[in-house]
Amino acid sequence: MAHEREGAGSSATKATLKIWRADAEVAGSGELVAYEVETYPGMVVLDAIHAVQAKQAPDLAVRWNCKAGRCGSCSAEINGKPKLLCMTRMSTFAPAEPIVVTPMKTWPLIKDLVTDVSHNYRVAKKIPPFAPRPRDADGRWRMQQEDIDRIQEFRKCIECFLCQDVCHVLRDHHETEEFVGPRFLIHLATLDMHPLDTVDRRPMIKDEFGIGYCNITRCCTEVCPEHIVLTDNGIIPLKERVADDFYDPLRWIARKLFPPKHKKRLPVLPDAEPARPLGVPAPANRAETVDAEE
Amino acid sequence: MAETKYETHQHDVLVIGAGGAGLRAAIEASAMGLSVGLICKSLLGKAHTVMAEGGVAAALGNVEPRDSWKVHFRDTMKGGRYLNQWRMAQLHAMEAPARVNELEEWGALFDRTKDGRILQRNFGGHKYPRLAHVGDRTGLEMIRTLQQHGVHTGMQVYMECTVTRLLGDGPSGAGASRRRGRVTGCFGYWRENGKFVVFEAKAVVLATGGIGRAFKINSNSWECTGDGQALAYLLGAELMDQEFMQFHPTGMVWPPSVRGTLITEGVRGEGGTLRNKDKKRIMFDYIHPLYASETADTEEEADRWLAESTSGVASTARRTPDLLPRDIVARAIHTEVKEGRGSPHGGVFLDIFSRRSAEDIKKKLPAMYHQFKELGDVDITKEPMEVGPTAHYTMGGIRVDPETQETCIDGLFAAGECAAGMHGANRLGGNSLSDLLVFGRIAGLHAGRYAKATAGKHVDPAQIEAFAREALEPFDRDEGVNPFAVHEDLMNVMQTYCGIMRNERDLKTCLKELDRLKEAAARTKVVGGNRHYNTGWHEVIDLRNMLIVSEAMARSALARKESRGGHARDDFAEMDPAFAKVNHVCRAAGGGMELEAAPLPEVPDEIKKVLLEEDR
Repeated sequence: MAHEREGAGSSATKATLKIWRADAEVAGSGELVAYEVETYPGMVVLDAIHAVQAKQAPDLAVRWNCKAGRCGSCSAEINGKPKLLCMTRMSTFAPAEPIVVTPMKTWPLIKDLVTDVSHNYRVAKKIPPFAPRPRDADGRWRMQQEDIDRIQEFRKCIECFLCQDVCHVLRDHHETEEFVGPRFLIHLATLDMHPLDTVDRRPMIKDEFGIGYCNITRCCTEVCPEHIVLTDNGIIPLKERVADDFYDPLRWIARKLFPPKHKKRLPVLPDAEPARPLGVPAPANRAETVDAEE
Repeated sequence: MAETKYETHQHDVLVIGAGGAGLRAAIEASAMGLSVGLICKSLLGKAHTVMAEGGVAAALGNVEPRDSWKVHFRDTMKGGRYLNQWRMAQLHAMEAPARVNELEEWGALFDRTKDGRILQRNFGGHKYPRLAHVGDRTGLEMIRTLQQHGVHTGMQVYMECTVTRLLGDGPSGAGASRRRGRVTGCFGYWRENGKFVVFEAKAVVLATGGIGRAFKINSNSWECTGDGQALAYLLGAELMDQEFMQFHPTGMVWPPSVRGTLITEGVRGEGGTLRNKDKKRIMFDYIHPLYASETADTEEEADRWLAESTSGVASTARRTPDLLPRDIVARAIHTEVKEGRGSPHGGVFLDIFSRRSAEDIKKKLPAMYHQFKELGDVDITKEPMEVGPTAHYTMGGIRVDPETQETCIDGLFAAGECAAGMHGANRLGGNSLSDLLVFGRIAGLHAGRYAKATAGKHVDPAQIEAFAREALEPFDRDEGVNPFAVHEDLMNVMQTYCGIMRNERDLKTCLKELDRLKEAAARTKVVGGNRHYNTGWHEVIDLRNMLIVSEAMARSALARKESRGGHARDDFAEMDPAFAKVNHVCRAAGGGMELEAAPLPEVPDEIKKVLLEEDR
């Protein structure tokens, strides 16, 4: 039976994890520390880390919430691959295979496996929000299911930021001010394809949000725990829409003469606080200041 | 002693908790032009609302035009075994459709009917298909919509901040007045670096969710530790209906790693059936007399109802017993397992694979499909799931005024799961997401009005010094207990003695065990490390909160000598009319906890009429 596959009755076996221990505020800290844990059926890497916290290292820092792959909190890198700790089974590693758990590399470290992902929240605030057309006469909106299937796929995003972590434009080239990254291109695609929305964000998608930086390596699609096909279903169509508007001469002239009727042009919203360069330790207070629109 | 260093922030309205209720409250207060602060223990958008799966209940009437607020109200009161605060249930049923439509205005994308309106699905205890949904990830859609709208309304969001105490004038002179002082703000620390922070506020809204982490088998995230209930209690507010704990019938039971993880009721809403090891459909044997007249008693009728009600036909058949309210289904599973008819790992089988096509299952229940495939090695399009009850939701919580959500402390409001009254003895599925929206808004609105009518408040520096010392005690002890071990102990105690089936002996043992754990918790020590993101330290504070709410739960359960909704006892197996008219209220008094049986508000005649109406 399926339920017995992992050997319910088998005696306890042990596994060794190497976990990155570091504190951004303690100079010179940072080492891989090995911990041995007892394994049990169905165990995921997050279970192993909780076992380490409970018995061996109570001050070990890790983010988690749902432990079911829904909230996107426990993002980290396992043997160098961006993954959710709660969705990575211990049984996927061969007995002799090392299990090395390190924090996401793209973001500044706070402590151990916890990184400062506040950059993503700042970017989210710069994107002009959804603004719908008026309701139908009966006070409702009608949308056909087939018109929203694609963006419902995008809205499965759990904001784990693994796509942002793996994206080489952010990870290796640190173009965080020029390029919003795959998570937010998908958010922008959602808004652009939303049947009710009235805001034209294409100029900012091209300029401020830097869609041109994406050169379609599809790494983001590979790591997405929600199996969203970011590149082919979202970013490429968005690139085409932007290209049509700005690089097809006929469309460009048409757009100049007859701007999209139902779409408002809005500026990128102001950034309340300047982003810190990557690699700089997190500030004491990460209060999120938001400026009201208008 | 040197003076404690802390930073201070000031707001008109401060909201603690950033799940659905907190976000909705903050949006409402922001819209009034007030300065609003929103505090969360986690990152924004990760609160437990994200885990809600099946849908949000609102009588939109899109699939079944006969639906109305009155039917929704009746279903809610009946589901709560009439222990609900009727006014809250009424407000909820009346306002839920507007709150759902409003989410569309902010960008939410619910699944659609054929003519393009919001699709609604069947759920336990709801007479008609009523749950607006997005596959099985409705909570994610809701929280993301509120978050994306909220951050553009001017509110300030304080992420990864733990509040350890509310500030205020505590209860002054017990007895005479129901009012027990006022709130002036709160005290806490940044999880990241352990530095202290003080928030001064004219009004505070608590929206901190439930207490599931007090149970061994639960569906909750680490955040659900009863913080709001404990913070309010420590300032002198009252807890009510705390004996009513919802055990969701369908949690995963295997493998051990995911024991308790939620399986949406939507599986049964889409046609899933519960079967025992002999492949027999179990629920026909557990039809509660209260629901006998409206529940199918043959498989033929149940299946006809399902086929018709999901295809937009006004069905004349009665509803399937698989969709009876959660308390009834959970106890049915409990009984099957206890009597030896369970599945190999101590649950029963939930079968959708023989009822719907693989394509339908992947389309309507994608998260369930992946959850079982990736965490349980089960392909739910080919084989049944194994399921069993899991601690899921607390109907009880902070006692509030049904009109305004204000507690007995001036300026202190509560909304969502941490507040009591809306759901009575048992919550219907889908009513929590609508609860968050309706009462989040009401709490935000009245907190805003209160703040507008109130001059600035000043916090008491002596109080801050005391709370800072209290927070650091676990660092200062020379030796002590491991807080993780005490938490594990608590989960076992509550699971064993205050679980799905209770009795006097167990509950008395529970209270004794809780005394022992309180002592242990007072001696917990943070071993190693500093104040930077120190999980052991965070655990100490969560533990204090869980112990307060657990004690209220055990005390109220011991006092309620009957079985009703989410509270079941084998020594008093039936509902007792004597307990039908009282809510149990717990408050701090004389160094301990006192319990009062408070009479339910009288239901006015026009509302009684609504309850008795037939809607065929």
